Amino acid sequence: MIAVENLSVVWPEFQLREISLHIERGEFFALLGPTGAGKTVVLESIAGLVRPTSGSIRVAGRDVTRLAPELRNIGIVYQDYALFPHLTVLENIRFGLRYVPPTDRPAPSWLDGLIDLLDLQRILHRLPLNLSGGEKQRASLARALAVQPTVLLLDEPLAALDPRFRDEIRHTLKQLHEQFDITLLMVTHDFDEARYLAGRIGVLCNGRLEQVGPAAEVFQRPATPFVAGFVGMKNIFPGRRCDDRLEFAGLSCPLPGEVVGNPDHVALRPEDIVLRHQASFAAPMVTCHGTIERIVPAGFWHECTVRCDAARFSAVLSRRAMVEGGFQEGDMVFLGFEPAALHAF
Amino acid sequence: MSPSHENTCRVRPGGEGIRLLPGNRFFYLNGFFSVIILLFILLPLLRMVTQPSLTDLLATIRDPEVLASLWLSIYTAGAAAFLSLLFGTPLAYLLARHEFIGKKLVESIIDLPIMIPHPVVGIALLSLAGRNHWLGKVMASLGVTIMGSVTGIIAVMTFVGLPFYINSAKAGFEGVPVRFERVARSLGAGPASAFFRVTVPLSWRHLLCGVILCAARAVSEFGAVVIVAYHPMIAPVLMFERFTAYGLKYSQPVAVWLILACLGLFLLMRLVARPMRRVP
Repeated sequence: MIAVENLSVVWPEFQLREISLHIERGEFFALLGPTGAGKTVVLESIAGLVRPTSGSIRVAGRDVTRLAPELRNIGIVYQDYALFPHLTVLENIRFGLRYVPPTDRPAPSWLDGLIDLLDLQRILHRLPLNLSGGEKQRASLARALAVQPTVLLLDEPLAALDPRFRDEIRHTLKQLHEQFDITLLMVTHDFDEARYLAGRIGVLCNGRLEQVGPAAEVFQRPATPFVAGFVGMKNIFPGRRCDDRLEFAGLSCPLPGEVVGNPDHVALRPEDIVLRHQASFAAPMVTCHGTIERIVPAGFWHECTVRCDAARFSAVLSRRAMVEGGFQEGDMVFLGFEPAALHAF
Repeated sequence: MSPSHENTCRVRPGGEGIRLLPGNRFFYLNGFFSVIILLFILLPLLRMVTQPSLTDLLATIRDPEVLASLWLSIYTAGAAAFLSLLFGTPLAYLLARHEFIGKKLVESIIDLPIMIPHPVVGIALLSLAGRNHWLGKVMASLGVTIMGSVTGIIAVMTFVGLPFYINSAKAGFEGVPVRFERVARSLGAGPASAFFRVTVPLSWRHLLCGVILCAARAVSEFGAVVIVAYHPMIAPVLMFERFTAYGLKYSQPVAVWLILACLGLFLLMRLVARPMRRVP
């Protein structure tokens, strides 16, 4: 549905380099990356709101690289909703209808269905100024969908919302994707959001596409240290393979199953690390000895930084595990993990 | 009219009112200076408005020469404001939306009419429109004269009023996020459609404000007009003539009527702008 080939956007202060991306019809694709990675530039290039320096963009089999945005039939929803403040919600939703040829215009009943689905019935005649974030985002979605775009682009659709509206809109997005025959491309910096909503994920860093793949694969087998860090593998060490063992951070452990070739990085999720006061780990577990440097409570979890001889590990413990283990900063502890939890790349 | 007119037109975010913290001597100092400056503006005007007797005023307004000059002043200023709106809006929009080499230069050129001495404006326009310049010859062959004509007055007024309209309109366009236009484009609106359906409704207060400022500047122009067109006489020129020929007493009533007419018009424009329910 969307085929981006070697897309480059070069600005004095920013570069997007040779992005290639293929998104299937009906897919929900998430483009993931930190702020400033160029995610929005990719979206706006596809929508025609930014002029690419080189490369081509095809949408629904049609080369749109040099086509004006209004001729592309691509909807875009921004994180700040960008509802027209001088128009009511209904007028916002109907804004684009006059540009649709009369024969293609959606039936009034279809539009009512959309309004019902997005639960906008009660606020149709209100101005955006007085709406909550969730209402604004739903109105903005309705406005984009009303003209029945072939592709809908979502620019951080949940980022500006309060947590309670975030769940609501997240659910709405999932629902929209299931009920409408539409291809969705979402940009976000939140991995959990992407994993929940999207089938496939692309990770963008400094204007370069680092990895593209199914959400689960990106989560389990990140391809670069950057992606590993981004999907929550906080422990990333330089490492190497010595025959059938993996050496990193002063440790030597058996190879996890999937290693191919010669990796130079080893990553480990903080939640896969177990802390104990005694070295009572069973056989396959890899163990090392260290000191708890810092404990930071984070919601239901505690993040512990453990200093071993050659490296610092970050571990996440549930509150219960913290209390039962009685860990304190400065404690000498044993740290253990399954070799299978390691990811080498 | 000062070049820092943008502040006079800001849409207030809401009536916060003056709330004083205790011990704010600085506030009273500010207040003291403000009162002085307000008196400086108001006293001469009040004095002038109250000096002529009612009979003088009534006699003046029945004078056909005065009426003609007032009417000429108002409609030439209106025409100048309209021309500024027509030709200034595209430039203001370009400046608000695009970065290009020499933009600062263009912006300075727009501000030029504010700073050059007014007679210079008149002389410059005349020299271009005179018989010695090809443009003047072309215009003469088309029957357009600048010297001593209404066309000339409007040309001069547009020249001096344009910066006020363009700067105000530019500020208004800059206040409309580009994102709104982008969304409009993605919904199928062409650039012009996005401009008229989104940008203009969100910046019309600034545009109107610019028109008022431009008209106000035009109506107050004397130095340039007097060089280009002593006749037909606009109100300021008539005042000047009566002042030099008969003295202060005879020029004052004309001034009072001009002030009243302008005040009434500008108030009317602001009132027209008011009842719109959609405040951007």
